[in-house]
Amino acid sequence: MTGDLLRLEGIGVRLGGRQILGDVSFSVRPGEFTGLIGPNGAGKTTLLKVILGLQAPSSGRVLVQDSARPRRGSLIGYVPQKLVIDPDMPLRARDVVSLGLDGNRLGFSFPSRQRRELVRETLRAVGAERYADARVGELSGGEQQRVLIAHALISRPRLLLLDEPLANLDLRSGHEIVALLGKLASEQEIAVLISAHDMNPLLSVMDRIVYLAAGRAATGSTAEVVTSEVLSGLYGHHVDVIRLHNRILVVAAEGEPVPAADDKAVVLDHGAA
Amino acid sequence: MHYLFAPGLLSSGPVRVALLVGTVVAITSGVTGVFTVIRGQSFAGHSLADVATTGGAGAFLVGVNQFWGFLAAGVAGAALMEAIGVQRRRGRDVATGVVLGGALGAAALFLYLGTQRTSVTGASFTILFGSMFVISPDTVPALIASGVVALLTVAVLARVLLLSSLSPELAAARGVRVRLAGAAYLIALAVSVSLSAVVIGAVLSTALLIGPAATALRVARGPARAMAASAAIGVAVTWLGVVLAYDSYYWPPHGHGWPVSFFVVVLVVLGYLLSYLPRPGGRPRAARRREAAHEAGHEAGHEAGHEAGREAGREAERDAACSPA
Ligand SMILES: Nc1ncnc2c1ncn2[C@@H]1O[C@H](COP(=O)(O)OP(=O)(O)O)[C@@H](O)[C@H]1O
Ligand SMILES: [Mg+2]
Repeated sequence: MTGDLLRLEGIGVRLGGRQILGDVSFSVRPGEFTGLIGPNGAGKTTLLKVILGLQAPSSGRVLVQDSARPRRGSLIGYVPQKLVIDPDMPLRARDVVSLGLDGNRLGFSFPSRQRRELVRETLRAVGAERYADARVGELSGGEQQRVLIAHALISRPRLLLLDEPLANLDLRSGHEIVALLGKLASEQEIAVLISAHDMNPLLSVMDRIVYLAAGRAATGSTAEVVTSEVLSGLYGHHVDVIRLHNRILVVAAEGEPVPAADDKAVVLDHGAA
Repeated sequence: MHYLFAPGLLSSGPVRVALLVGTVVAITSGVTGVFTVIRGQSFAGHSLADVATTGGAGAFLVGVNQFWGFLAAGVAGAALMEAIGVQRRRGRDVATGVVLGGALGAAALFLYLGTQRTSVTGASFTILFGSMFVISPDTVPALIASGVVALLTVAVLARVLLLSSLSPELAAARGVRVRLAGAAYLIALAVSVSLSAVVIGAVLSTALLIGPAATALRVARGPARAMAASAAIGVAVTWLGVVLAYDSYYWPPHGHGWPVSFFVVVLVVLGYLLSYLPRPGGRPRAARRREAAHEAGHEAGHEAGHEAGREAGREAERDAACSPA
């Protein structure tokens, strides 16, 4: 026993003849909040799929609770990137959450008081009970995100994976979601692994950062990882790290890849300054 | 002077068979159809019905009961569509269209040969438009058994299908074998469509599959109630159709009853149109959607710009989730 909930050992992934990830190792402890940060195309989604068992790594292994063949369905909750729900999808928010309980199992479930209670409780925990009866496709992006988090939470996973949950949200909804996830991690001991191309919204809650670039990963506290030396080594070209108020900007020479800081956030900062 | 529920109605053998088989078919189609609508497979469902026509016409040609022809062709069509790639979003319409085109060509030939070889002029009509009053009683057990098999398949897959239609990727992450479930569902759909081909005809069976389900999904809350409502609507229109068709012997031109299928389909369409009437105490959905957008405020404005990207992302997601399974 290591006490690690999740451990990646030397994960490498080849896709279409290209080495997407080289040698990624890190671990996550119960209740820890980890940010998986990297520019677009760094392999964040790919790495999450490896953890979920949807993508076989070409090298290395994934251990969940020290097991190489874990029962992922009940241990890991997942909120995919860019889940687009048709406005005509007839499922209500409460149906979606209910599917989180046993939507992966065969057979028919009859409605029960117990299930209704549990669904209501979970919706309340993510602050979504107000629109429990609304069709999920008609909800706004931030509302859908909450419903999907509730869907992932209801089966009481030990680890919650979220792929770019902030990408389509405005600043305020983003802050609310981050606060909610931080609360879940600390109060319910659920480990959260969240991918993002912009680390700034996560700075206040991250216990640890896993920075992906050029197929490699650097991991540690934000202060350890997000430095010019470490990131330049990772990217393979010089990058500057600028700390400005409470924000961090990673800047490279023209044309070199770095994570795009959120456009909207930058615009809004100008307004505030 | 006569009564709509004519005294002889329930003592007539063909009417009793029609009501019994019609009920089984309406329930099967109603429940199966809810998933067809949710999964956006209406075109596939309709095409399976047309493919079934080929089997029905072929069966008639070789002197076998049409139901077996419908069933064999429908299931084979489903398997072929699955093999070509009906589960990928872009591949879906192509796979369906290819199978559909080939099958309709064969159907045209079979129906032509059928009318050449026999003097039973009503045969093509029965295959295409069905007739509940000419179901031979010895196929009734097979019809009921097929309906039960299709219903059970859908019931067992219900939750998995719902999760997969929310997001194939999410389902796969939870350990669902998305492609297998989709294939099993397609077979159940083929069985269900073959059944309604017997009752209201191959060409019209889409009406019984899609109509009650689409209506139920507009008015009922949640998938379980939608399934129940869809089955209930299906049974209601079928029974009413039978009663009206029986009654139509008294309508002009005298002595020629109108086809049952006509009544069933008209009632299905009427039911669907009725679901657009404003309900007391209920808000029309367009208004709800506007309100949701309004509440979201600034968010809505921002997301409008992402609409195009969202659509592309959705296709990519489905394609990605379906291919490795
Ligand atoms: N199925 C695939 N075949 C080939 N290349 C892929 C495949 N999926 C993703 N990639 C590539 O892998 C890289 C990482 O993608 P992804 O994990 O989606 O990055 P991120 O989520 O960090 O933006 C990208 O360059 C992408 O083009
Ligand atoms: Mg990604």
